[in-house]
Amino acid sequence: MKQFTILDKGVPREAVVSDSGDRITLTPDALSRALGWELKPQGLCKDGACYPVPASGDLLVDGAVDLATFATLVGRPLALDLQCATAALGTAAASRADSMESLIAPDFTLPDLDGRMHTLSEHLGKKVFLVAHASW
Amino acid sequence: MWQQLYEELADDGFVIITVALDRAAEDARPYIEEAKPTHPSLIDTEHVVAELYSMVNIPTAVWIDEQGRIVRPNEPVFASDMFKDFHAMDTDIHKNELRAWVREGTLPYSGDEVRARLMLPTHDEQLARTEFTLAWHLHQAGHEDAAERHFVRAGELSPDDFTVRRGSMPVRGIDPMGEKFFELYEDWQARGRPYYRGRSRKEALE
Repeated sequence: MKQFTILDKGVPREAVVSDSGDRITLTPDALSRALGWELKPQGLCKDGACYPVPASGDLLVDGAVDLATFATLVGRPLALDLQCATAALGTAAASRADSMESLIAPDFTLPDLDGRMHTLSEHLGKKVFLVAHASW
Repeated sequence: MWQQLYEELADDGFVIITVALDRAAEDARPYIEEAKPTHPSLIDTEHVVAELYSMVNIPTAVWIDEQGRIVRPNEPVFASDMFKDFHAMDTDIHKNELRAWVREGTLPYSGDEVRARLMLPTHDEQLARTEFTLAWHLHQAGHEDAAERHFVRAGELSPDDFTVRRGSMPVRGIDPMGEKFFELYEDWQARGRPYYRGRSRKEALE
């Protein structure tokens, strides 16, 4: 058993996991506390959506959830560093495509140089020219 | 920078928001302070906006209307002709179209054209962004060797994403204006300069 950090869309969540080789598993309880997914009779569920547990048996190992199989099941990209006990779960390409094709500008909140926070949706009612730039 | 155009257009119904995809506020501070923007000028060290809008290089701009809808997706834009040798674009065209939109409400594309111009991300590009997030977190935690592995992996997965390949250079102690950048630039040119030219759902996901 060891402490693991899982970055859920960039937000760090802590979980106790088991590792054997390159396989990381966590108990349904740890998964629920870290990422909000519940293991129910109908499958892995979050926000009313459920993914049936695949018949292959890869998802559950001695009652614990395999992180890589979980990521594949819910369609999320997974980056993993076993040495540093850290993983990242990103946004699925299909989810991003849905969001982009809706043409609804995704909202965000970011700081300015003085640390003051700004939110895109504060400017609803105005035309917005959003420019990304960088020093590099 | 965009302050000059913002002042020229001075319109209560229009705002420019700039987002710096820099690893630290301190990297962005000199050029933002020099520009003295009166519009929101934000810092995005974790590339949140790059992921949300599927940006793969800078500078790039998105037009968002009064209802919060994207009416012009990512396109390279330049405030000045400073880098014209590299991009060979007429910087006035986009600015004139922007003036027409703000003053007269004229849009260059229909809704269908906007959708056709979207560059939808592939699975590998989203995995690259995930590797980048992990690398950035490991870098901040002081795990430089591990961070480097994941920065490299991110670049391999998404070779045309400059926000990943070039945007990670300052963090990794690589000069983003130096030899590595020219290698990247030539690599990208050799692959036909792929860049926001529209990628459908079928092309992106299948």
